[in-house]
Amino acid sequence: MALRLDQLPFRTPAVVTAIDWSRLSDGDARRLRNLGFDEGVGIESLHGAPFGGDPLAVRIGRMMVAMRRAQAQAVSVEPVAS
Amino acid sequence: MSGFPLVAVVGNPNAGKSALFNMLTGARQKVGNYPGVTVERKSGRLALPDGRPIEIVDLPGAYSLDPSSPDEEVTRDVLLGRQQGERLPDALLLVLDATNLDNHLRFALQLIALGLPTVVALNMVDLARRDGLEIDPQVLERELGVPVVATVAVRRRGTDELKEALSEAIGAARRIRAGDGAAQEDFAAIQRRARAIARLATVSEKSGRRTSHFIDTVALHPVAGPIVFTLVMFLMFQAVFAWSQAPVAWIEAGVAALQGAAASVTPAGLVRSLVVDGVLAGVGAVVAFLPQILILFLFILMLEASGYMVRAAFLMDRLMARVGLSGHAFIPLLSSFACAVPGIMATRTIEDPKHRLTTILIAPLMTCSARLPVYAIIIGAFIPARTIGGGIGLQGLVLFGLYALGIVGALVAALALRFTVTKGAPRGFMLEMPKYQLPHVRDIVLGLWTRTLIFLKRAGSIILVSTIILWALLSFPQPRPGETALQSSIAGRIASGLEVVVRPIGFNHEIALALIPAMAAREVAVSSLATAYSVQESDETKTDTTLIERLRGRWSLPTALAFLAWFVFAPQCLSTIAVTRRETNGWKWPAFMLGYLFTLAYGAAGATYWGARALGL
Repeated sequence: MALRLDQLPFRTPAVVTAIDWSRLSDGDARRLRNLGFDEGVGIESLHGAPFGGDPLAVRIGRMMVAMRRAQAQAVSVEPVAS
Repeated sequence: MSGFPLVAVVGNPNAGKSALFNMLTGARQKVGNYPGVTVERKSGRLALPDGRPIEIVDLPGAYSLDPSSPDEEVTRDVLLGRQQGERLPDALLLVLDATNLDNHLRFALQLIALGLPTVVALNMVDLARRDGLEIDPQVLERELGVPVVATVAVRRRGTDELKEALSEAIGAARRIRAGDGAAQEDFAAIQRRARAIARLATVSEKSGRRTSHFIDTVALHPVAGPIVFTLVMFLMFQAVFAWSQAPVAWIEAGVAALQGAAASVTPAGLVRSLVVDGVLAGVGAVVAFLPQILILFLFILMLEASGYMVRAAFLMDRLMARVGLSGHAFIPLLSSFACAVPGIMATRTIEDPKHRLTTILIAPLMTCSARLPVYAIIIGAFIPARTIGGGIGLQGLVLFGLYALGIVGALVAALALRFTVTKGAPRGFMLEMPKYQLPHVRDIVLGLWTRTLIFLKRAGSIILVSTIILWALLSFPQPRPGETALQSSIAGRIASGLEVVVRPIGFNHEIALALIPAMAAREVAVSSLATAYSVQESDETKTDTTLIERLRGRWSLPTALAFLAWFVFAPQCLSTIAVTRRETNGWKWPAFMLGYLFTLAYGAAGATYWGARALGL
């Protein structure tokens, strides 16, 4: 069952299945690529910021990244059984 | 520059690049700027094991050769030999974070493909081990085709091997690829190759980052997170005021002693006046802020080195998004509480140009340390030192209110600017959150040291020159008999003109006069008020009490409050204007900044004055 990253429950290990680059501005897309977002990479949503849970703190590969939900919507993920 | 071989230190942000650079060069560093751009160039000298000296330059951290900020652009241009003021490096020292290999290898592959002789420092192997991660440098060496040395930058591990490897690499022939790096493989392919190599080189891996994750469950917790943040901020500002009192007093005493000495060796007249009242008083007044600025920077450097700064930006992103900015803007704005100049320089890391411009324009609204002496003297004179219950002092409350007014003013201004002159599409907030680390003393001390030098150079140049000019304006033409210097001087005449403009907001001739030299630096307002009320300059403490008493006698409470409100907004700082001009490449934005902030200051002072009168204060 595929989810968008912003819908992924906290602390649920998942894998990136697709990234909709067309939903992102050039700058955001470049940043996302540079931070290692790619199909097949392990990902986990860990924390939401106070007062509304936006932005998110996300683990991508072995790295922690802060990102807003608006950009997280472009990332499709699939939870992995652990 | 020197004719020594040039080695460029490159790598991702947070790879420990600067720590490695600090370890290799020690305190023998030179900080300059690349011509045309405002990116810092940090370089140092180093002797190789065979005795050959080399020059080593610390390039800004980058994620790829596809730059997303002015800093990263410099890195790319240096590596392609296109950067003005820098020759093509003879070798690269590539720094990889062992705990984040798959991500850092991507940039590494791009860099190795450039064909320059390269040595890889596999850094932070100790932290990797802490996280249960074992990397085999030999596998990495085989896959990358360049020498790999395991290092722990903060503990000097691997230094000798690194120098040895560099020594061999520099002799090696370059095999530069034709073109400008356009021949690079496509990004996704590099990405995958990087991950494959990382998998090969990883000997064993347990679930990682326990320490960082544990701290984050508290630091990023929806309830505990903001509490920790508030405590950290409170501790920081408390320290800035509490710890700085003694050193500020020493510096002031030192300046007073110098003034006394200078007065005794120079003949009375213009020369003595220039040295004592002009140079020493002006530069001394600014250098007295060094302790506060250094304490604030100490905190900022530690917050950055520990990894908490990005968490703070994360917590603040929501608030900043409301006014059309992002968490990126938080870091420069925090620095602006010490001084807007380094704050504005720190906006370089903001990649969106409109966001960056907005942040630059609102940075002067953060209450910098130069406003403190102005606030202190007016609050001391007009706000009664009593508590209003609960142990809260009225004076402290007013000071807090002035800080809050600046912050609220900045947020409202940002919102207004984003709807008008800096309108643009909203951008995301995406930032790597580095793992937590204990800040290392060497890196903090070196960071403070370079900032001290920059600050003192500034005091020695801009402030010195403007002080002399203002002294001249106040001293010439010399008064005729029966005339005071205030009436005859150029500054006095300008003040008379200015008085017409500021009278409606409750300001008098002396305030108008004090505002002119305060253009150079806000804190000068205090000393020029003292001069304007012709207080004897001989005794430091006596000056203070007398000035307070004189102000009490001559100013109404509404005037004093209006004066405070003015200084919350007024952009009275030449250095800020100068740095804004440099960072925005022209006079347009500094002129805009002056216009909008003076308008705000005038409005705020007027509203305060007439509001206070209406309330019968």
